[in-house]
Amino acid sequence: MSLFQQWAFIVKEALDKSFLVAKFFCGVHVANTYLCSTALVQGPSMLPTFSLTNELVLLERISARNGKAGTGDVVILQSPENPRKFVTKRIIGMEGDKITYIMDPKNSDSTETVIVPKGHVWVQGDNIYNSYDSRNFGPVPYGLLQGKVFWRIWPTSAFGSIGRRPETVDPALKVLEQANQS
Amino acid sequence: MTSASFIWNVCKSSFTFGLIGLTVSDRFASVVPVRGLSMSPTFNPPNNSSSFRLFTDDHVLVEKRCLTDYKFSHGDVVVFCSPRNYKERQIKRITGMPGDWISVPFSYDAVKIPEGHCWVEGDNPADSLDSRSFGPIPLGLIRGRVTHILWPPQRVQKIDKKLPRSGLSF
Repeated sequence: MSLFQQWAFIVKEALDKSFLVAKFFCGVHVANTYLCSTALVQGPSMLPTFSLTNELVLLERISARNGKAGTGDVVILQSPENPRKFVTKRIIGMEGDKITYIMDPKNSDSTETVIVPKGHVWVQGDNIYNSYDSRNFGPVPYGLLQGKVFWRIWPTSAFGSIGRRPETVDPALKVLEQANQS
Repeated sequence: MTSASFIWNVCKSSFTFGLIGLTVSDRFASVVPVRGLSMSPTFNPPNNSSSFRLFTDDHVLVEKRCLTDYKFSHGDVVVFCSPRNYKERQIKRITGMPGDWISVPFSYDAVKIPEGHCWVEGDNPADSLDSRSFGPIPLGLIRGRVTHILWPPQRVQKIDKKLPRSGLSF
């Protein structure tokens, strides 16, 4: 084969391989954005459902796009105060619901009542003593929701689904309790 | 036998094409038609033949690279999800950024735009449902920035950043 033919063969191979890599990245992007994705959650605002340390969860994007994310779901949303920050909270009320919440549980028992406007949701962390949520930044437009958290993959001691009610006991400790009882 | 493999090849190619097209339109740029008159005369300037609306709607280029760092400024025309109904997309111009004070029409009040929000208004204030009705919107609702008009061919142009006409801005 002449030098030109060899060179053309190598270029064609390189183009094919890079096209394959591009297709792979496009597939990953579409799956992450439209189907299912992973996320790292941390912070004290969702205790005891999520512990303080990093936890890896799976979130599905179909509910948020279809409008099926409802009361009780744990969701990841863009913070209304900083579009580059993502927060994990639980939906407490949908549009039209009347929400009575304790503004500042550490200091007083005073409550306030609000009706969630059209197209918005009210989110709160499970740990209301240490959570910056709709009680601070108000109801959140539905368009800010990114996805519903439905499964925890790390730590493996708490591997399992995320329910529609706040946990009362750290899920990682539940396994120890069962082991001690048996 | 050969028709089955032909159909299979067509399916594979269209699937690949769909994946790549979806990724490009999400991450780089896409083309959308502008419906309605809330941004006249920038988009859909008034003309007499309203029966050909479908073909004479302006089609614009929406770039998505701005969504990596959300650095917008006064005068940007943006596409965003309506805060009243997340399924609807609207196109308006940003006339206020966080920290600005906007005067509420027909009242002596002034509203300070909170952190992470912006004030959007249509260029045609008489026929525009915008922040004067639903208040400032979070920047996270923005889905892209309009840079050029691509259709009809006689209106191909770059969109300028026009400074706001109304509202106070300190």
